[in-house]
Amino acid sequence: MAETEERLRRTMMFVPGNNPAMLKDAGIYGADAIMFDLEDAVSLAEKDAARDLVYEALQTVDYGDAEKVVRVNGTDTPFYKDDVRAMVKAGIDVIRLPKTESAQMIQELEKDVAAAEKEFDRTAGSTHLMAAIESAKGVVNAVPIATASQRMIGIALSAEDYTTDLKTHRYPDGRELEYARNVILQAARAAGIAAFDTVFTDLDDEAGLQRETEYIHQLGFDGKSVINPRQISVINAVYAPTKREIQTAQMVMAAIDEAHEKGSGVIALNGQMVDRPVAMRAQRVIKLAKASHLIDEEGTFVEK
Amino acid sequence: MGISKAALAGTLESSDIQITLSPAANGIQIELTSAVASQFGEQIKKVITQTLQSLGIDNVAVKAVDKGALDCVIKARTIAAGQRALGQKEPAWEVL
Repeated sequence: MAETEERLRRTMMFVPGNNPAMLKDAGIYGADAIMFDLEDAVSLAEKDAARDLVYEALQTVDYGDAEKVVRVNGTDTPFYKDDVRAMVKAGIDVIRLPKTESAQMIQELEKDVAAAEKEFDRTAGSTHLMAAIESAKGVVNAVPIATASQRMIGIALSAEDYTTDLKTHRYPDGRELEYARNVILQAARAAGIAAFDTVFTDLDDEAGLQRETEYIHQLGFDGKSVINPRQISVINAVYAPTKREIQTAQMVMAAIDEAHEKGSGVIALNGQMVDRPVAMRAQRVIKLAKASHLIDEEGTFVEK
Repeated sequence: MGISKAALAGTLESSDIQITLSPAANGIQIELTSAVASQFGEQIKKVITQTLQSLGIDNVAVKAVDKGALDCVIKARTIAAGQRALGQKEPAWEVL
């Protein structure tokens, strides 16, 4: 677990690594994380050019507060080592390893990242890791993978390869993913890291995207990968708290502040004790409400 | 140093630049096609020239077709074309 404070990760937007127009604009859509792809979105003949392009874009383009993630080529490819070195040198926030099947793969990545940080004078430990789980073997090993390194910030389900591995394909109701989603979520929570759901690939089916997002939100996922900026607002709307939830959270936070002022260890609201899970949920609601522009920094509701 | 084989990087899509390098002997000669050549032509050529020089290439004919590329894109495409022309596989760490 690489982080002390929780970060919002409702959306992680895929950006093809060899596309200058998309690299240039990726920061303007409000994605919580941007994932530059050197793997599947880049043809074999363009791996070198995409790596150069993402590197230079990271030096120049301002991606604001978005978390910058890169999907490197797999450990079994000739591109992997130089991808990792170049992205560490570029100062990427997170390296996402595709087709992760074991804790050992993450531990090897960690060694390579640590060596690159040393080679290019980056702060030791500053490059975080995440794993994409794309096979039955990866799902079976989700807990060891999630806990494989202190640098880990999350694990993600990648459903296209996974359903192929299971000898099925994706269905609109997602029942084929039920097991993997729950396993990945449990592993992530047990490790104290983020859980990312897979992409929703039918761009024309907005109702389907909303339904699937509501489902993974209910399960407890941090968010979802997106392949098109149009999907971001749909997902953010699902994650936006209701006015009532915000008001309750504000009362909880006020009760906590009051208890602190009084020096009281016990926090009470309306005669009921506020325990740690309630306080943590309230903090997350406030954070989501601010990110959704429903309240301002002072907690005042923003008129729409 | 010159190059022994021709190489190309980049596409003709919006925001990209296509850089084609071929062997030559009279320094760095750039033929630029760009809708913004009158405003930014010198800057585009400067980025290409500096990048080629830092790769150690100073004899080359460059054909550049710009589709509105940012400097970082021009640099990245020139590095890719230059390294392909030189047959270098490992990233040019000192140039990136």
